[in-house]
Amino acid sequence: MKEISDLNFSENVKYTKDHEWAKLNKDIVTIGLSDYAQDQLGEIVFVELPEVGDIFTKGDEFGSVESVKAVSEVYLPISGEVVEINGALEDNPELVNEDCYEGGWLIRLKPDNLLELDDLMDKAAYLDMLKG
Amino acid sequence: MNKQPGTRGLIFNEPQLWDKSRKGRCAVSLPRADVKRCQLDASLVGESPELPQLSELDVVRHYTRLSQWNFGVDSGMYPLGSCTMKYNPKTNEVQAARQGFASAHPLAGDEFSQGALKLMYDLEHLLGEITGFPAVTLQPAAGAHGELAGMLIIHAYHAKKGKQRTKIIIPDTAHGTNPASASLCGYESINIKSGEKGILEPATVAAVMDEDTAGIMITNPNTLGLFEENIKEICEIVHAKGGLVYGDGANMNAIMGIVKPGHLGIDVLHLNLHKTFSTPHGGGGPGSGPVGVSKELIPFLPVPRIEKDLTRYRFVTECPDTIGRMHTFYGHFGIMVRAYAYILSMGGKGLHRASQLAVLNANYIKESLKDTLNLPYDRPCMHECVFNDKHQQVFHVTTMDMAKRLLDYGFHPPTVYFPLVVDAAFMVEPTETESKENIDQFIDAVKAIVQEAQETPELLKKAPLLTKVTRLDEVGAARKPCLRG
Repeated sequence: MKEISDLNFSENVKYTKDHEWAKLNKDIVTIGLSDYAQDQLGEIVFVELPEVGDIFTKGDEFGSVESVKAVSEVYLPISGEVVEINGALEDNPELVNEDCYEGGWLIRLKPDNLLELDDLMDKAAYLDMLKG
Repeated sequence: MNKQPGTRGLIFNEPQLWDKSRKGRCAVSLPRADVKRCQLDASLVGESPELPQLSELDVVRHYTRLSQWNFGVDSGMYPLGSCTMKYNPKTNEVQAARQGFASAHPLAGDEFSQGALKLMYDLEHLLGEITGFPAVTLQPAAGAHGELAGMLIIHAYHAKKGKQRTKIIIPDTAHGTNPASASLCGYESINIKSGEKGILEPATVAAVMDEDTAGIMITNPNTLGLFEENIKEICEIVHAKGGLVYGDGANMNAIMGIVKPGHLGIDVLHLNLHKTFSTPHGGGGPGSGPVGVSKELIPFLPVPRIEKDLTRYRFVTECPDTIGRMHTFYGHFGIMVRAYAYILSMGGKGLHRASQLAVLNANYIKESLKDTLNLPYDRPCMHECVFNDKHQQVFHVTTMDMAKRLLDYGFHPPTVYFPLVVDAAFMVEPTETESKENIDQFIDAVKAIVQEAQETPELLKKAPLLTKVTRLDEVGAARKPCLRG
């Protein structure tokens, strides 16, 4: 596993304490795992995602990520309806390891309440949390 | 350093039997038939099955070579945490092979099976004595199957009470199969965290226990190898809200003759005969997961039950509240014979001593290695101890690398990356059957590997190097599984 200083933290996303990120583009929010999360998990071998149309509340478990070490649940940073899932992960789960902020995104969501994004951390706050 | 058991050696490649097959080759020449040929009913005649054709020597070498690729407890120390890979005494096999047991037929009926029934009846009572429960079923086929039987009993109990409940509390130090067993019964798992000392705090249980909760599943000793010291108080909290306590007895090897779970307030408990009671484990199974219950839960036990009237034993199926059958016939009888042989060989004092030594051995390893590997919970342990790779991370060496390297030293790796409550866990359970000399060799091997982690980390990344196959691409195998030969 890498040192925190060797990890990549995007400026353009908001982070949760469970190491997911959320990024608003027009009125759709894309969700993924942070570089810290993918590094901790190790090489990812399977990603289980919800179905388009599923409706979740902030904090709900919406899928799981399996590495050779363990299976970890992933939790939603905000409430909303799933409008797209990253189908590429079915055959190429390693995208989460290799490109966690772009090609390795997990789902896209139509949010219920954009104000929930304000509860998430920016890069500086997330780094502070990681450094404890 | 002592000479380690692992070394180089010639290992044979061995093709599949089909590849060795040659037309007409066979093991035994049968004498010419000396009875008149008779015509078979045409409807019964067809092509003969295609089987490989081999000499006896071909077959003997085939299986001998395959066996040499294997690592078993008969070849070396197998400190697989939470699995209790103790030695399986050969007398168990001798007793199970006795013709009266080996040839017993499950359809023979009570009157022709008195010896087998007596053994099962006595074994139920011996296990009841060891665990402190008034009744035991031997039916479940293995540990998780025992958990399911136990959860079905809890489910049936609440149904009988008139109100089904929806949730089960499961701590983070429970066995991984517990939530699956609860889910199969339709319960939602409520996960709770253990406290700073690595054991459950009563307040944590009290905070989530309510009248919608069917009970709690506790592994004691837990998967950190620690005794749940607050177990009595936790049982009282759960009982006060009408719930039941399921005990996962997979770690019973630490407490035989010392603590009876039935006396702590636990209502249902499963045992693993293939762990604690020395029957074959893993590929050498099958397993067996007997379940003991408190008096109140006896009506729900699976059928058939075994009863004794004066001098005769009989199967009883008329139990209106039973959860039904958990297995065809009566469970894995051959395994019961082995466990019975073990219990009688050891006696009460012997089992007590076995638990004491299992705990002593684990503590000896913990103390000997706690300056070498990181020990997240530094307190007296039970039958196993849990380290991790925190000190090796700076060299980019992981628990997995060290575990693989142990194979080169001639030891089976311990359990790794479980329990999840410890990051990158390295979980060692030596059992009572390893001598101090063997354990010292293991400790030396771990120390040597930690030294290598510092000096030649790239070596550990490639390990194992002496095995027939070296480091496998586990990620590739999981991402692109090849499911056909």
